Formats: sequence, structure tokens, C-alpha cells
Amino acid sequence: MASLRELSQKEVLFTGGHRLCAGCPAPIVVKQALLAAPRAPIIVQPTCCLEISSAVFPYTAWKTPYYHNAFENAAAVASGIEAAVKALKKRGKLDAGKDYYIICIGGDGGTYDIGFQALSGMLERGHRVLYICYDNGAYMNTGIQRSGATPYGAWTTTSHVGEAQKGKQQHRKDLAWIAAAHGAYVANASLHNWRDFMRKVEKALNYEGSSFINIQAPCPRGWRFPENMTVEIARLGTETCFYPLFEVEDRGQKWVINYTPKNKLPITEYLKPQGRFAHFFQKDNEYLIEEFQAEVDRRWEHLQRLAKMSAE
Amino acid sequence: MRKTIGLTGDGAAAEAMRQIDPDVVAAYPITPQTEIVERFAEFVAEGSVRTELVAVESEHSAMSACCGSSAAGARTITCTSSQGLALMHEVLYIAAGNRHPIVLINVNRTLSAPINIHNDQSDSLGSRDCGWIQLYCEGAQEVYDTVIQAVRIAEDPAVLLPVMVCLDGFVVSHNVEPINVLDDQEVKDFVGEFRPAYSLLDTENPVCLGNLTLPEYFFEHKYSQAYALEQSKGVIESVDQEFGAKFGRSYGIVEGYRLEDAEIAIVTLGSMVGTARAVTDELRSQGVKAGVLKIRCYRPFPIDEVVAALKNIKAAAVMEKALSPGAPGPAVFSDVLGALYHKGVHVNLISYVAGLGGRDVPARSIRRVYEHLEKIASSGRVDRILNYLDLRGWQ
Repeated sequence: MASLRELSQKEVLFTGGHRLCAGCPAPIVVKQALLAAPRAPIIVQPTCCLEISSAVFPYTAWKTPYYHNAFENAAAVASGIEAAVKALKKRGKLDAGKDYYIICIGGDGGTYDIGFQALSGMLERGHRVLYICYDNGAYMNTGIQRSGATPYGAWTTTSHVGEAQKGKQQHRKDLAWIAAAHGAYVANASLHNWRDFMRKVEKALNYEGSSFINIQAPCPRGWRFPENMTVEIARLGTETCFYPLFEVEDRGQKWVINYTPKNKLPITEYLKPQGRFAHFFQKDNEYLIEEFQAEVDRRWEHLQRLAKMSAE
Repeated sequence: MRKTIGLTGDGAAAEAMRQIDPDVVAAYPITPQTEIVERFAEFVAEGSVRTELVAVESEHSAMSACCGSSAAGARTITCTSSQGLALMHEVLYIAAGNRHPIVLINVNRTLSAPINIHNDQSDSLGSRDCGWIQLYCEGAQEVYDTVIQAVRIAEDPAVLLPVMVCLDGFVVSHNVEPINVLDDQEVKDFVGEFRPAYSLLDTENPVCLGNLTLPEYFFEHKYSQAYALEQSKGVIESVDQEFGAKFGRSYGIVEGYRLEDAEIAIVTLGSMVGTARAVTDELRSQGVKAGVLKIRCYRPFPIDEVVAALKNIKAAAVMEKALSPGAPGPAVFSDVLGALYHKGVHVNLISYVAGLGGRDVPARSIRRVYEHLEKIASSGRVDRILNYLDLRGWQ
């Protein structure tokens, strides 16, 4: 991977002037991903915060080819672009020796939920596309509605906190696990650890097949924390093992944990600064913390078992 | 070398696709279209095409992948039917709005519920406002010729719109007809190379496609798209004429059959045209001045041509295989009526919805439509505007 000095001299193909919120994780993810690409990639986006804020006609923040089609089909659109690359190379209309990097960047709504089928289709067919999900755990674009990625107990505008119900009733979908079952290169990353994420992007782009990277992307508006804490919240997500850093290679066989905290922090460290979990700390609601912690532990232990098995 | 061989409508479409040898085909199987994608997959397997075939997991993804491929500058074809076209519906609008010259072969089948795999035109007539060019074929030869023409029409720099080639399921898709197939080289020369003005793969000159477009620009974008569709009529005509000059077959935008001195006429599209022609011949031999107006190009709707063909008719019936529940009349009928109003021409016009869900539309039924028209022509009075052919229990 390029050194920090080299990276500082590289042109970022995403400009300022976009309309994203202060403290938004999306442009941080984009900048890191673009810097990791060996050359200008083709960006495909489902409808999401980043899309409606970065490409508002007659402007664009993208200095690289960009295509948005609909909400649920970015992976299918990217499959078609990749098929075009192959076809045009075969006919000598494109330089066969040149690599074309195709990167989908979608939110969790367009990835975990409505775009899930198209994503599965793309991964199963093995198109050479990197799909990055900036995982902010809700439909932020439409105003913080629960998604398949929303954590247990979290307040959203479709999982309210009241007498009868305390936030979202289900745990979040483990999408990396599902993606890995397709045999793709899969990684979990977090924007506070740019070096880890960029290494994974570089690896994915050089992978002869589909890849999927889920990156933790704390949303100040939706998670209810001050906008200067985006990176710190991401760090806490990883230090508590709520959002561990790992990668899966060898068609789902090899699981590697990239970072193991020296002292795994209790989940309250992650929950407390976020307004969406404020009710966890009210009287008689301790069970929410316990249930949340238990699920984090279950998944972390499971991941460790997989990593151990892969290493044997 | 040109040759005449027996092919079904689906087979004829697949043969045209083989000769076009598109860069990308993204498709999903559905009855009665499946034979097209199956045949084409054989061509891919035997290496007679160099196409990248993307066997997607749904029709929604088929049309999405087609958009991606077309935006990347690849010549792109797909095919579907019925529920598949309905599942694509959202992306059909986007393909037209983003000006992707995709060719879609739609084998007309009805829409659920109740589920039914047989022919009517509810699927593509229901997609009439998606911004696509729609061409309806009468038989398998026309399917073959129109698929080849469609590539040229879609990619014409003045058009840059997707084209839907429609053929009636089973009636045309599964019946074998003798088809005159052109020489491979002739087809290649006719369709030529696709030279897109912009491509997503041009990383040195990046383009941004599919932007969010707010009220200050949206209306103008949509109008320019609608304008391109209106203007495409000239290109559809000239491509058809060039095809005719080279290969001896052309179809026009509409075709009047024995209309010159006709007093009564059936206006229809797809395979019903053929049956109506046969009934017209029979009636003519009995001295009845009957005729047929075939609408081949339904979008853009050929207002001038339809009105010119009907202006001296005493009574006409629009026959179509689709309902528009709750509307003043079904789609094609309403369009013909609108066209007449545009030009201030009055014709006693009635509607016949026929053949829903694959119910046969035999000659004897079409004869009854003509009998109805004769009554209107002689009395000068329309007794009933909306009619349902061979519907049990309907009076």
C-alpha cells in the first residue's frame, strides 16, 4: 500500500461542495476508497444519502465516471458494466491489458434490504466488482427508519421507544456472513482505521471476482451524537467488538480477525454517547444492555472460533 | 447467403440476435419468451456469438444490467414477457430517461391475477408511457426484420431511446413459419458498429449519469426525452425504408390493408392483423367494403398516419388485447380517438377488447365485428362504444 506521503500527493477524485451533513461518514469512506484505487474507478451508486448529495444536476462532486440508476439495483447495474468491459475487451474495443475497477457504494438500506437480491446475484455470478456498504444502520436518506442493519433496541422513526416497545425488536442482519457464503472476498472495516480499510479496498480491487466490504459509518444525525465524534464512535464500535475488523478469503473458508482489542470494552462505552440508545440507560431498561452485550459476545466468539478453525 | 428456413417467432428473434451479435445480453427466463434466451445461450455455448450473456437473477436485474452495459457503451439486448416486463417497469422508465439504446424483445403475455401464461397485450400496452419506442409485429418474419431494424433505430444519435419489439405469445412466438434469413454479413453491415457519444468506461473523460435532478431542471429533461420519442418516427420510417430497399421487405409505421375505398375498418396490432386481413378478403369477395389498419409503431403514436388512413371511413373498430379498467376506453382505442380529435376528424369509432388471457380470436369472431360496423355505417348511429369480443355472459 502507498505511504501516507504518497497518498497526500494523490488527487482525490471526490471534491468538496457536495451537500452531505457535517460529520457525515460517507465522504470519509469515499475519500479512503478512491485513494486506495490504483486508477480512476467507475462508481455505481444506489439511491442513498451520498448519491442525492454528491450528484445534483448540473453539478457533480465526482471526478471519476459515475452512474446512479435506482435504489435496489446497484449490484445488477455494476454487473452489466462489468459484462460490457469483458465484451468490449473481447472485441478489441478496449485495451485488454487495462484494468477497469468498478466500485458500488451503497448505504445499508440499499444493500441489506431492498438491494439484497441484486447483491446476491452479483456475488453468485462472480462479477469483478467491489461493493462497499457504508453501514450507518438505518434508512438515513428518508429520515432514520429502521433497516436490516439497525442494531437491537435502537430508536429509529419506525422503531420508536414507548411504553409498549423499546426501539428495534430484532438484532441486525449479519451481512458479511451471508456475503461470505457466496464465496466472495469479504471484509468488515471501520472508517477510524483508514489503513485497514484501504488495504482491503486495494486487495478487493485486485481480486479476480466479486468482493464485498462492509464499513462502519456512524451517522451523527441518525445516531444522535455530536458531529465531531464520528471517528471516535467508529473506534468505540470496534473496541467493544460490536463492529470487529476481519476478512474472509478462500471462498468463505479463511476467516482472519485483523484487530483484537487488548481490553474489550463493555458495550455501554459504545451505547452511551449515542442518543438512539438513551433509553437503554433509563430505569428498568437494563435488560436492553444485557441483551445487546450478549449478542455482541455471541458474534465475537463465533468469529473467533471461525478464525481459529481457519488457522488450524 | 440468404435462405428460407422454418422458425418460430422466438426462433426468428433469436436468429436475428445471433446475427446482430450484441456485446451484452442480460436476460431471465419466462414463458413464452424462454425459447429466445435458451436459443441464444446455445449460440453463446457453441461460440457463434461473442456476446457476454449475463444470466441474471430477475428481470429487474436484467433491465438494470442492460442499463449498466449500455451506459458503458456496449450494444445491449434483452427479452422478456408479462410479469417479467412488469418487474422491469421501474427500470424501463430509467432506461428511457437515461437515453440508453437498449433493444427489448417482449413476447406478449397477459398479467396476473389470475395467473395465466397465454397471450394478450396487457404487458407492453401497460408500459406504453415508459418512454420506449414500441413496435408490434404481425408474424415471425416481421419479428426477425424488426429486431434488426430496432438496433439501428435505438442507436441513431437523433433517437437514443430504447426500443421494444412486441410479438404475440404462442400465436407468433411458438408457431413455425418459413422465414427468409439474411446473410450474416448483410445483417452486420446493416446494423453497423455502435459508437456511443459517451461511455462510463472513458475514465479520462468522466461522465456523471443518473444525477438527482430537482424541479428547476426536471421538466426540461423529461420534455427533451418526450420530444426525442416524437421525433423518432422519421428514423423508424427511414430505417424501415432502407431495410426494404436492401432486402425487399418493409412494413411502414402503419399499414392500410384494402383501405383506399373502404367504408368499415378494423384497427389493430400484432397477430390479429393477419386474421383481420383474411376476413377482409372474404368480405371483399362478397362486395363488402372492408379494410384493416395495422398499427406497427404504437409509440410514438402515428397521429397523422392513423387519421389519414381513417378519415373517409364510416365506422371503425379498434381491437386490442388489453383492458384499461376504469378508463373511458382501452389504451389503443383512446389513442386512436385522441388522434382523430387532434385533427378534427369524426369517425364512428368503437372499441373491441378481445383475446384476453389467450382466448382465441378466430375469423368468425372478427366477422362479427365487421357486421357490427356495417350496422353502424348504415344507420350512422353508434349503439355501443365499448365491446368485449366472445366474452361469455356479456350482452
